[in-house]
Amino acid sequence: MAQIGKHRSRGVIIDVAALDVMDSFGSRSLRDLAHASRLRGAETVIVGIQPDVAFAIVQLGMSLDVQTALDLEEGLEFLEQLTTGSLRRRSTLDELAT
Amino acid sequence: MITRSPDTSRVGSDEGDADEKAKLLPELVAHLHDNRTDLREEWSKRITESRLLTAMTPQEITSETISVYDNYVEVLETGSVEALQRYARDLSERIIPRGVETHEVVSIVLLLRDVLARSLFEKYQDNFGLLGRVLDAYEPAANRIANTVAVSFVDERERVIRQQQEAIRELSTPVLQVRERLLILPIIGVLDNQRATQLTEQLLHGIRTHRAKVVVIDITGVADVDEPVANHLVKTVDASRLMGAIVIITGLSSEIAQTLVTVGVDLSKMYTIGDLQGGIEEAEKLLGFKVTRSVEN
Repeated sequence: MAQIGKHRSRGVIIDVAALDVMDSFGSRSLRDLAHASRLRGAETVIVGIQPDVAFAIVQLGMSLDVQTALDLEEGLEFLEQLTTGSLRRRSTLDELAT
Repeated sequence: MITRSPDTSRVGSDEGDADEKAKLLPELVAHLHDNRTDLREEWSKRITESRLLTAMTPQEITSETISVYDNYVEVLETGSVEALQRYARDLSERIIPRGVETHEVVSIVLLLRDVLARSLFEKYQDNFGLLGRVLDAYEPAANRIANTVAVSFVDERERVIRQQQEAIRELSTPVLQVRERLLILPIIGVLDNQRATQLTEQLLHGIRTHRAKVVVIDITGVADVDEPVANHLVKTVDASRLMGAIVIITGLSSEIAQTLVTVGVDLSKMYTIGDLQGGIEEAEKLLGFKVTRSVEN
């Protein structure tokens, strides 16, 4: 959060590729983080959700309602499109399960 | 006196009796060793007479009967069925693909048992009491052998069946890449719970390995779905979206469409298009492909 202000970020990418399991609390914190970031003016994309994690999330009936993308590359592309190329600084954050 | 002794041996509690048994068995094995050729030939003759093992050539039958015979006698001698088990499994592996049936295998082993039992009858016919004791030693071992062979054969058979089932299951949900980052999943047949689970798994892994952006699931070949499967389908679509892929479902039959509506599945997130062609065209549009006819041919 502080970093968003410091770098005046317009976008945040959360890479969860290293996560093999995610529980409801983990996905909730991710969602809250994304929503809070949006309030501070930075769009959040979650990238690299593993197949098993993806299914676990829907199986548990949790909805992330956050933008998602296959991997970091895709996420960057999405953010660049969103900001129509005006993106200058990007902040990448590796969120690990809390 | 003589007629009584088999009774006591059958109870098997007498120590002297166990001793006698221990002496009888080597004698029995020696007898089977000595008459090996005759007995084996008698056995093969009976196999041919009963029209068993028609799938195998006479030479093969000869070589197999020799090794089965030797294994058989060895088990009688040592009492250990492990070597036989290994041999039976190995044999089953060889003969199952040639169409040898379970009843054939069981009959053959029982034939050998009968041939050997009869030779014992002949040898000990003068001494009825001794014959009884010899049979007491022989029968349990022989039955155990028959059991082992039959079980090994059936086990091997089941293993083959399981393997084939696995192969069919793998083939039943192909994930195909038709364009860069566009996958197609044609589903044909009955979509049950297990298959739906497998479909999800293969799709999600397919998205990852092919870096897919759009997936078209074609269910033209599916007659009907029930509520759990419909819900599962929706979850699959959601999970795919989490992985950054858009899912288009095509070929919904009118029955399935009605089921989905009556079941009350949340359809707002489902991206459906009438037929596969339309689905692929839509997917191409989403990906920015443009298909044009080059020239009239």
